[in-house]
Amino acid sequence: MPRYEKIWMIFGFASLILFLAILGIMAAFMGLNPPDSLRTTVAPEKVETAPPFDQPGVYQIGPKEYRVVMLSYVFGYNPGTITIPQGSTVHFEATSRDVIHGVYVPGTNINLMLIPGHITEFTQTFNKPGEYLYLCHEYCGVGHHLMQGRIIVEPSTT
Amino acid sequence: MAETAVYDRKANIDSSSFRFQPEDKRLILAHLSFAFGALLIGTIAGLLQTLQRAGWITLPPQIGYYQLLTAHGVLLALVFTTFFIVGYFYSGLARTLGGELNPRARVLGWIGFYMMSVGVIIATALILVNEATVLYTFYAPMEASPWFYVGAALLVVGSWFSAFAVFSSYLRWRREHKGESSPLFAFMAVATMILWLHATLGVAVEVVFQLIPWSFGWVDRINVSLSRTLFWYFGHALVYFWLLPAYVYWYVNIPKIVGGKIFSNSLPRLTFLLFILFSIPVGFHHQLNEPGITSFWKFLQVILTMMVVVPSLLTAFSILATFELAGRAKGAKGLFGWIKKLPWKDARFFSPVMAMLIFVPAGAGGIILASYQLNQTVHNTWFVTGHFHMTLASTVVLTFFGIAIWLIPSLTGRKLTRNMNRLGIVQAILWGVGMIFLSGTMHIVGLMGAPRRSAYATYGNHEVAMAWLPYYDIIAIGAVFLFVGSLIELYIFLHLMFVAPKTNEPVQYPIGDMAETAKEPPRILERWSVWIGLSLTLSIIAYTIPFISLFEHAPPGSLPIRTW
Repeated sequence: MPRYEKIWMIFGFASLILFLAILGIMAAFMGLNPPDSLRTTVAPEKVETAPPFDQPGVYQIGPKEYRVVMLSYVFGYNPGTITIPQGSTVHFEATSRDVIHGVYVPGTNINLMLIPGHITEFTQTFNKPGEYLYLCHEYCGVGHHLMQGRIIVEPSTT
Repeated sequence: MAETAVYDRKANIDSSSFRFQPEDKRLILAHLSFAFGALLIGTIAGLLQTLQRAGWITLPPQIGYYQLLTAHGVLLALVFTTFFIVGYFYSGLARTLGGELNPRARVLGWIGFYMMSVGVIIATALILVNEATVLYTFYAPMEASPWFYVGAALLVVGSWFSAFAVFSSYLRWRREHKGESSPLFAFMAVATMILWLHATLGVAVEVVFQLIPWSFGWVDRINVSLSRTLFWYFGHALVYFWLLPAYVYWYVNIPKIVGGKIFSNSLPRLTFLLFILFSIPVGFHHQLNEPGITSFWKFLQVILTMMVVVPSLLTAFSILATFELAGRAKGAKGLFGWIKKLPWKDARFFSPVMAMLIFVPAGAGGIILASYQLNQTVHNTWFVTGHFHMTLASTVVLTFFGIAIWLIPSLTGRKLTRNMNRLGIVQAILWGVGMIFLSGTMHIVGLMGAPRRSAYATYGNHEVAMAWLPYYDIIAIGAVFLFVGSLIELYIFLHLMFVAPKTNEPVQYPIGDMAETAKEPPRILERWSVWIGLSLTLSIIAYTIPFISLFEHAPPGSLPIRTW
């Protein structure tokens, strides 16, 4: 192998190992993993007959800690508005009643695929107040681009 | 002057004065014509949907945005590419394996052509009558007409016959040349088709054993996660099936055009073998944000995904080295003097060089997308669409345009005239500029949160969504450039097919010569059983436990739903 090619390949391998090491450290030691739950639901068309999706909504489970049980369907979300105080940590549990949907909140790391029959779980803390948009980012039919909701993070007074 | 070589009568006579046999001409031209027909419809759909999304036009009620999106994806990403690749491979095999395809390969080739064509016509007709508005990824449980899946199955199985035609020509040559290593073009075509056969197993199982029985109503429910996983077993390797033929052109044909030599006979082969290994056990990086697959297996496949850095960097090195050596052999001085010696006024060179330049940012975007956590910021945004409009729609497609401009005259026995050459360069510039507007802006607005695959919407005038709209205008301007570029390309195609002056001289089919210093490649590189075995092994390691888990943790399954 010519000398320049060797240098080039060493550079390539070194950057490959560096990139993978960064991703690996973030995943293994900082807990930064994408959603990977193995929980499933009853048949998707009957998902509203059994917990937890018989009662979608926002539940406070601790100081500044919330659980959001979210059901998606063509072409909307229940709940469609989530109101929480600034600094809240939110544990999402979401699924779809029909086709595949998504939940995406621009400006955050919330980027979830909702597969009928499966429960997607993700945790996010909202430190900045404001009205966040969430929308469906997986094509789900003729009204796909109308599917949206709001997360309202109220400024804390303290 | 090297710059004028393309229209110099003497330079147009290759040393081997190769001419295609009439039977091979018909087969190859059938594939190329079908590809360009798909380009016409697909590009119209592309323009209209971009204008709709920017809010410039309102579509008549008979035509839906998502219907156009489906047609655009199917006809360009699946049909134009597959037909062009198969036609190009047949041409190179005829050229490098003794001057013609063997009779058996021709029969297999025609079977493949008719199966694929019938499949595409069925699928396209159903898209046009709005019975299959499911996009080119056709995720269950959204259900298209069952015949759409039958069309897809015919396309896939038909392409297997095309692969068998490639293998048949190659095996005949091997029998007649015992102990020799095969010509580089043939080796690469075989490697690409092996990759294709392995990858399409996933989508074939999905379509034949899941989607078809379910959509005809023979079974009630479908395992949605399993179908997605099977799709992506195929889906990422698909992008390498598009890319490798472009690499073939860069490695094998371009050295001749720049007046250089192929400086290694082993390195390019190793590159292609690495793609066979690392194209398939990587599909999870398209499924990072979904439930049903555990983080460990996602991360393992991210590692395997990143391995493509190695063959990609090998290729970048080889191609640039070939260019530099060619320039220096022509007397270039200084560190960068060789750049000036390259045939910039030759469309056969200019288009693919534009393609290579765009491939640099395209590759960087790909690394971002595969980066496990970073993917969460851009998954399913317009960033993704921007990425594959740089890789597929620029790097691959511009290379294919650079091939078409000499391959068609060499098949039709017409001259690549000075004007067509010039038009080819104009076309490539338009395409490059259009893609900077379109793909570049898609990357930016994707980072700002704009979703992919969505019709015009303002999301209740939310400030985040309103900030996207000016970028949509820039994307639409890019689409207009690209539409004009497509029309010019179609004009070039038709002109070279039917109008350009006939010539009795054989039109050059450029195939690079090996450098005298290139060593005979090691035997192991052509022992396919080893590489196929390794490829299957890697896939088994990366997929077995996740597949078992998809069955163990399977929900009751989904009934078919039509939502458009």
